[in-house]
Amino acid sequence: MTESFLNARTAVVARPPAPPKRWTKARIIGHLLVAVWAALIIGIILDLYFAWDIVLIQTYGPKYWQGLVTTLTIVFSGILFGAVLSIPVAFGRMSKNRIASGIAYAYVYFFRGTPLIAQVFLMYYGISEFRTEVEAIGLWWFFREAWYCGFLAFALNTAAYQAEILRGAIQSVPLGQWEGAASLGISKFVTFRKVILPQALIVALRPYGNEVILMIKGSAIVALITVYDLMGYTKLAYSRTFDFQAYLWAAIIYLLLVEVLRHIWDWMERRITRHLIR
Amino acid sequence: MGSIALLGFGEGGWGTSIAGGILVTVSLALATLPVGLLIGFFVALGKQAEEPSIRLAANMYTTIFRGLPELLTLFLVYFGAQIGIQKLGVMLGYAGTIEINSFLAGMFAMGAVFSSYASEVFLSAFRAIPRGQYEGGYAIGLSYGQTMWKVILPQLIRVALPGLSNLWMILLKDTALVSAIGLADILRQTGVAARVTKHTFLFYGTACLIYLVLAILSSFVIGAIEKRTKASGVRR
Repeated sequence: MTESFLNARTAVVARPPAPPKRWTKARIIGHLLVAVWAALIIGIILDLYFAWDIVLIQTYGPKYWQGLVTTLTIVFSGILFGAVLSIPVAFGRMSKNRIASGIAYAYVYFFRGTPLIAQVFLMYYGISEFRTEVEAIGLWWFFREAWYCGFLAFALNTAAYQAEILRGAIQSVPLGQWEGAASLGISKFVTFRKVILPQALIVALRPYGNEVILMIKGSAIVALITVYDLMGYTKLAYSRTFDFQAYLWAAIIYLLLVEVLRHIWDWMERRITRHLIR
Repeated sequence: MGSIALLGFGEGGWGTSIAGGILVTVSLALATLPVGLLIGFFVALGKQAEEPSIRLAANMYTTIFRGLPELLTLFLVYFGAQIGIQKLGVMLGYAGTIEINSFLAGMFAMGAVFSSYASEVFLSAFRAIPRGQYEGGYAIGLSYGQTMWKVILPQLIRVALPGLSNLWMILLKDTALVSAIGLADILRQTGVAARVTKHTFLFYGTACLIYLVLAILSSFVIGAIEKRTKASGVRR
């Protein structure tokens, strides 16, 4: 016993572990990065503050608002029209009929495989090559307007993407759901509307939200075919004033728009999946 | 003049200039890819760091570059860099005008957008790799860097490849936007031809078809890469 007592006295006493290093390498790097961001944001705010020109704001503020309204109109009308159009395309893709699925596949492949900007140009500048023919069938009033052409290109483009979202969502519902409904004697149409679609839409909600955001961002392209949306007025303001704050304001508005939409979508997803949370 | 002759390489044909446009588009996309992948990888690392400040910085990066329209990002980089460098030049006593290379501006803007999306792909791929892989690496005495390079990365690429190939297709299409800042890519060259010859539908249609062909070609290459990475994986 004395021996162990002596041993205990001479043995190296185990120290408590060293307190965690306050400034690890990761922490320093992280703070530096945040500081860079903060400096950038403060710089932009200061820049906007010192460049504050009430005449400029009064001249272009209402125009930006007008542009924002145009952007939202073109995006949401395009998405609605595209949603309607996407239904036959999605069913064409799922069809066993070779011709129907072939046409739907080609449609989706074309609109997803080419840039939106090229499609918009094709619609606006391209159709004008056939001006006499289009005038003959009385549709020139439509293709003459840049706004309509942009809208049509967006609708056709988003229809292709939405068709794929819809198809993926419908096919993600297990086949047993169809069979179960069929064994209860429910008709195919009612099964689709009351059993399949509600389950499919939960799956489709997130991709739909992404598509809306992609369309909002993509809608800036119509500024290149002389439509005065938010981006169009931004370009106008910059070309007249050569003041960089024109672009900064546009960036702030677009960022806010996308963030607000993202949060709305998060909220919707939480609400719609409440019954799935255990 | 027939449409074949207009698209041809002979006298009065626009084939040569369009081919030059294809070269510009493809080289811009190829030059952006490594930059975007590298930044995207590090941003993904930052997003799963234990240090909250690193996570914050990384999340701000993706929020900004995924929230801005690509066209606006391009203009911000192009005009913003021009003004910034001009100011810097004045500060250093250089009064001449400085032109920003539109290829570089396009590369930076596209790289920023690509990397913010790529970071999400990498992040979800990181989550698919079990912790045991890291622990196994440390257990046999590999350092953090070695574990990352020799154990994690080969698996990461295999998981992330489908998402990344999607992003490549998007990048290829997004490069069409640089025609707006005057880079002579496919869309710009076909646009010039369309305006000169008045055969607008023919040339913009050709531009669309060229992008389709590029997409089909890259899906072949991606398929080959996928096959190779699958061959080295564990058969389950």
